[in-house]
Amino acid sequence: MKLPPLDYIRPVTLAEAIAILAAHGGDAKAIAGGQSLMPLLAFRLAAPELLVDIGRLPGLRHIDISVEGVDLGALVTWRDIERDARLTYAHPLLAAAIAHVAHYQIRNRGTVGGSLAHADPAAEMPGIAITCDALITVVGPNGTRMVPANEFCLGGLSTVLEFDELVTNVRLPPWKQNRRWAFEEFARRRGDFALAGVAAFYDIDQNGTMRDPHVGVIGVGDRPMRLSVVENLLEGKSLDAGLILQAAALARDAVDPTDDIHAEAAYRRDMVGVLLERVLARAGNIVLMEAA
Amino acid sequence: MNNVSQLLVGHPVERMEDARFLSGSGLFVDDLERDGMLHAAILRSSIAHADIVSIDTSAALRMPGVHAVITAADIGGEIPVIPLRLAPLPEFEPFRQPVIAADKVRYVGEPIAVVVADSRAIAEDALEAIDVQFEALSAVTGRGATEDALFACADDNVSLRYSAGFGDADAAFANADYVRTERFSVQRHTALPMETRGLLAEWDSSSARLIVTGATKVTFYNRRALAKMLDLGQDDIDLIEIDVGGGFGVRGEFYPEDFLIPFAARKLARPVKWIEDRREHLMAINHSRDVACELSIACRSDGTMLGLRGAVFSDMGAYIRTNGGVVPAKAAQFLPGPYRIPNVSVSVETFMTSKTPVGTYRGPGRFEANFFRERLIDMVALDLGIDVAEIRRKNLITEAELPYPIDGLVPYEGPTSYDTGNYVEVFERALLEIGWRDKCHLQGRLIDGVRHGIGLGCFVESGGAGPKENAALTLERDGSLTIAVGSSVLGQGLETVLGQIAADTLSIPFDRIRVLHGSTTLLDEGFGTYHSRAVVMGGSAVLDAAKKLREKILEQAANHLGRPNSELTIADQHVVAANGASVSLAALATEQVLSADGTFANTTRTYSYGTHAAHVTVDPRTGRVEILDYVAVEDVGRAINPAIVHGQAIGAIVQGLGGVFFDHLVYDEEAQLLNASLADYLVPTASDFPRLRAVTLELRPSLTNPLGAKGAGEGGIVAVAAATANAVAAALTPLGVEIHHLPLTPPRLWRLIKDARDRTPTAA
Repeated sequence: MKLPPLDYIRPVTLAEAIAILAAHGGDAKAIAGGQSLMPLLAFRLAAPELLVDIGRLPGLRHIDISVEGVDLGALVTWRDIERDARLTYAHPLLAAAIAHVAHYQIRNRGTVGGSLAHADPAAEMPGIAITCDALITVVGPNGTRMVPANEFCLGGLSTVLEFDELVTNVRLPPWKQNRRWAFEEFARRRGDFALAGVAAFYDIDQNGTMRDPHVGVIGVGDRPMRLSVVENLLEGKSLDAGLILQAAALARDAVDPTDDIHAEAAYRRDMVGVLLERVLARAGNIVLMEAA
Repeated sequence: MNNVSQLLVGHPVERMEDARFLSGSGLFVDDLERDGMLHAAILRSSIAHADIVSIDTSAALRMPGVHAVITAADIGGEIPVIPLRLAPLPEFEPFRQPVIAADKVRYVGEPIAVVVADSRAIAEDALEAIDVQFEALSAVTGRGATEDALFACADDNVSLRYSAGFGDADAAFANADYVRTERFSVQRHTALPMETRGLLAEWDSSSARLIVTGATKVTFYNRRALAKMLDLGQDDIDLIEIDVGGGFGVRGEFYPEDFLIPFAARKLARPVKWIEDRREHLMAINHSRDVACELSIACRSDGTMLGLRGAVFSDMGAYIRTNGGVVPAKAAQFLPGPYRIPNVSVSVETFMTSKTPVGTYRGPGRFEANFFRERLIDMVALDLGIDVAEIRRKNLITEAELPYPIDGLVPYEGPTSYDTGNYVEVFERALLEIGWRDKCHLQGRLIDGVRHGIGLGCFVESGGAGPKENAALTLERDGSLTIAVGSSVLGQGLETVLGQIAADTLSIPFDRIRVLHGSTTLLDEGFGTYHSRAVVMGGSAVLDAAKKLREKILEQAANHLGRPNSELTIADQHVVAANGASVSLAALATEQVLSADGTFANTTRTYSYGTHAAHVTVDPRTGRVEILDYVAVEDVGRAINPAIVHGQAIGAIVQGLGGVFFDHLVYDEEAQLLNASLADYLVPTASDFPRLRAVTLELRPSLTNPLGAKGAGEGGIVAVAAATANAVAAALTPLGVEIHHLPLTPPRLWRLIKDARDRTPTAA
């Protein structure tokens, strides 16, 4: 499990990093925390000629909180998020979801940009980005483009990123006051990739009905996804136990997981329903008498 | 003699190894560097069953930094086969593993070539340049005949069948009020020591001698095997044991690499190091468990057990390695467990598949047998309307019935009997610890969305395999003591325990004792560490040597002081006479070489026993199981170091819970191993099972050895599946779920619950 032969370079500016990636025409690979790429190299599932270490590029490790939302630099680590007490108020869903990422060692190294670029379908960060309608900033030789999170992932471990582009930051829209939310995921062991995970939030209008509900799932398809049928069901209604069960049933039908060695597809499909019930019950402070 | 308050045996002495390990100054095989050392990597078969048409190593050989590529063609003559170390049945001989594949591969991971290069990275690069042409054959993934049999001598892929038993099971079943038959299975998994295997082989051309470092477990046996294969004398080879990061049965057996790496070192006349990486570890080291059983029980309607019939089916993988058929033989032998069952009949069938070969793993066969039997007992209790504690109490062998013969369950082994014990008392203690009386009303109850279950598992388990063990003690000229022993250290704290035993006999402070272990350079013969034998056998050998050394010391002191032996005692590193005259141990050792050899020979096994109890909750919607409380109670006869025994027990419970919930080597229909990495092969981590307890008792010492010790390293694992699965089953009984198969993953429990619901839509 030694790395294949490769060269290594650590550019000091973003422009330099982009230029190096562009010059190598797809044979170079950016590396930051290395938590996804290093195992791929060790298993020789990836064999780039050159590793471009972007870990020390300046200006990419900020957590900016403003009226425009929460802006995370690509080099922000899970530990940075965990330690930033402001996020508990500025974006509690993000803080709660990131608390599920892996273990100490990985949390100290793994980065927001790396997770987005790797696009594991069970990873929390891409799931939160999609659930929250985040905007991802991508920089390449031709400049900067903003990619809506729901257009970023193309499939399993595949994104719109070109070989010479880097994620520089991701912006989550501002978190409204009194927003109701919850996050649940189910993993075999603490810190493992989720077999299924559900994030949901909504606002409440003066009539007590739900406005602008967002529901996202991870781990049950080739990419994280929004459950728009569920969001449509919830919009404008007030939450009760019956509606929760209805939402869970729709959610089960809306996902299309596959079998793998950890779980059969039917299990993951059912977990989406179970977790959505629990998420909505928690968000709405509703006691569900679970049939069991 | 010693002041009783100073005795170390029986006290939780801090391990003498810990400072070394905790400060990072342990010495493991990968820490070793040598001038001119080369690194080996092994090309392993990527397909499960195929004829090898050709192997082209030319491109690899041309790569800079590559020194050799060794294939079967380079071995010359007949390819050596790995011998059967335990119970060498002639039936198994055709299925032994050649040390390298010549014209056929039979499992994914089988060695085909060895690359030796300047670095491991270059060696791995070169592996990719070797071109092997295969003619694929159909893979064998289960029991029964296949299109392409694995071995010409076995059309049906069966390597061994036998039946055994005592009493008259047929009559017992014919006359019983009640019988029940169920099929159970335990999945293929492995021990996963923290340190993977590794070897450093050094060939000295001038003296034509070989030194292999990284050996462990059964070094003397492995030396004999290696000498034969390399056509060397035993004295031409040293196997050296240094620190070892876990064994659990799998590490230290003779594997293909134990030939290939020394062979490469001799061929190149350079030191060659091979460190197994985790991926190859998972496909190369012995797999284990993978046993299925059809188990029948006959009872009176009051729950009295009358007869047991068990058919054990064991997937041995592609070859029979050193451990032979120990796993299925012990699974069959321990089916009756600690119960009074007068009529028992067992059968064993071992079959070959296109998977990694199977060997022993901590509690081989016992983990499986206890799971099968204890599950069936709970089913019987439910059928007959008897409390699960009561049915066990009624049938446990009483102390008055001991020794209790269990002859004839392994046809090729001699008579054996459960030795000493009070099975009922230990059982009652486990009930008390788990709070059975207060908690049994929780069985199956749904509280806050989770169902509660409490399960019990009783066991008896053998240890202390013979035939003997040797030790040599030397009083050094500085007054310190050196112990050399034929037992192997696998990280279990043996140095401390042996030090305690010697310290008590010789009154030498613990910190002045050094323990050398395992290496073939230390003694003429040693027997190693397996079957929970190191304390029973090695400890007794050290005790014997220590007593002899004490006599020699006193004799020399008697000469020195001019006082009779009877007036002398050893205290504070001196021999003191009744009149107050004294001489230091260092002075005595300077006057004359003071050393003694000790030995302990015994083929009578010890039988540890106990009961595990588990209290779990199951989330019936996700299948998640939480362990709320777990207690393992075991009588080990005598605990030399209770802290070490406790650590062994807790570690064993965690490892067992891995086997219940996580560890699973998954193969597809082409016999490809699908999870050869720790990303997908799950093991328990520190945070998974925080609430575990172990109670070690010393109720009934063993009579087989002077220490009174019984095996203590395996009792913590052998009943884990039994107790835990019974707890999960109890939690889910109201849903109509029965547990027959491991592992109990959330998706599997979810499936069982769903299927039970679908069968009876009206159920809760």
